[in-house]
Amino acid sequence: MTEIVNGKAIELHLCEACAQEKGTELNPQFSFGDLLAGLADFTPIMMNETTRLEKCTTCGQSVAELSKSGRLGCPDCYKNLQKSLVPIIKRVQRSAQHVGKRPQKISAKLKRQVTVRELEEKLKKFIEQEDYEKAAQVRDEIRKLAAEKLSSGVKEAKELKDKEKK
Amino acid sequence: MGIGLLDNLINAPGEWLRGEGPESDIVISSRIRLARNFTGFFFSNILEGAPRLELINMVRQSAEKTPLLKTSEFFQNDKLTAIDNEFLVERHLISREHAREKRERAICFTTNEMISLMILEEDHLRIQIIQSGFKFKEVWEMIDKLDSELEKNLPYAFHPEFGYLTACPTNVGTGIRVSSMLHLPALVMTKQLNKVLQALQKMNLAARGMYGEGTQATGNFFQISNQITLGQDEPDIIDGLDKVIKQIIGHERDARHALFQSRKMRLQDQIGRALGVLKNSYIISSTETMTLLSMARLGLDLMLIRGMNTKMLNELFLLSQPSHLQRLAKKSLSAKDRDIRRAQLVRERLKSVELV
Repeated sequence: MTEIVNGKAIELHLCEACAQEKGTELNPQFSFGDLLAGLADFTPIMMNETTRLEKCTTCGQSVAELSKSGRLGCPDCYKNLQKSLVPIIKRVQRSAQHVGKRPQKISAKLKRQVTVRELEEKLKKFIEQEDYEKAAQVRDEIRKLAAEKLSSGVKEAKELKDKEKK
Repeated sequence: MGIGLLDNLINAPGEWLRGEGPESDIVISSRIRLARNFTGFFFSNILEGAPRLELINMVRQSAEKTPLLKTSEFFQNDKLTAIDNEFLVERHLISREHAREKRERAICFTTNEMISLMILEEDHLRIQIIQSGFKFKEVWEMIDKLDSELEKNLPYAFHPEFGYLTACPTNVGTGIRVSSMLHLPALVMTKQLNKVLQALQKMNLAARGMYGEGTQATGNFFQISNQITLGQDEPDIIDGLDKVIKQIIGHERDARHALFQSRKMRLQDQIGRALGVLKNSYIISSTETMTLLSMARLGLDLMLIRGMNTKMLNELFLLSQPSHLQRLAKKSLSAKDRDIRRAQLVRERLKSVELV
């Protein structure tokens, strides 16, 4: 059989029994913890006791646990431990900005955030290309969305006040 | 032993081994999976007790409303024996990791075995589609549609910066893993495979054995997949992999051609010997079977043998796996007994195969 180790194929000659054992017990190619431990950007996080032991307020998992198990505890970890996670994600994924599919059902607020971010990217591109006419259009769109955000914020605040009154 | 439905499955090799579709002499199958999680639940690893069942029911209800899953089966692991689990792994319907999970989990798959859902694997939901041959585009269109249908009734966890949230940051963003199973005997025989593997690593693509993470490349089968899931959209990721695989196909074809031109008799000898052992052994291990069947497959592709087709050969790859042999025998077998049964099965199936 051929085994892949560090991107190299190595031929192994094993009897059936050993092969079976190896097949079921072989570890994943890298442990997430090992991967993280080797990262220069990650060392400051792990050295810093506060960030290392900072716990997600929803599930109680910490970044230290992530480095051990390779798993976060809940979807909220991404929000609650965002500061420590961004460098890790950047290192693993070489980016920290999602592009591509998104759920249809996401809230209006979330949708606006995503759209604004996409428009900002576009704006940057047009400015780089010195296409100022298109850039101005995009800028106006961003302003419009910002105004929407403001008005919905005002509305929310008003609703909250009304509630308090009651 | 297990569920009646699984007994029916054994009569057919499943969608991904049909041996059809573009480039099916080299590309066995194209697979895409999406990782999804739900708000309001801890991730699978620390989720315990009643919420697990609640989550399973939520997915079950959503699956029932999904047209693409109309002819599917849904079951929870309490109904599955150890051999059933192994059987589903061998058919690529669930992962080894999912099969190992002792707590509540569930699986749903269409009867043609093209679509499967793993519920409570590393992520809450993993959606998978496999088709035979080289066709990422069709698979993506289908899984995109399925995902959108399922989403209507499921609270997907999504973050504007990080995208679809997953238990492990290596999957976050699109949550997509695009992979293809390739049969590359000529690149192995001409010792060029390492070059391919090194190039893949540089491009952040992964190469694995037949059964995914941590398995060996038995029988010259390699699974190539993307590793990065964030910062690129799905069509870009798919396109990147598509281009690389086209190149690998080209290299494998060139290597086959070179072998055929310069070392034809040697090739005939190797294929003939492989057939000789397959057709005449009484005890044979699964690894040896895979290695020799790989030679037979190459012989078939190069029209050096006759008396069978790719589909029959693919079926034999699957049926000679441990849990398939046991299901055929309708009882559990020791490793020694499996080796005897396997040899018998292979002898029977290859009876009329011969060198051209």
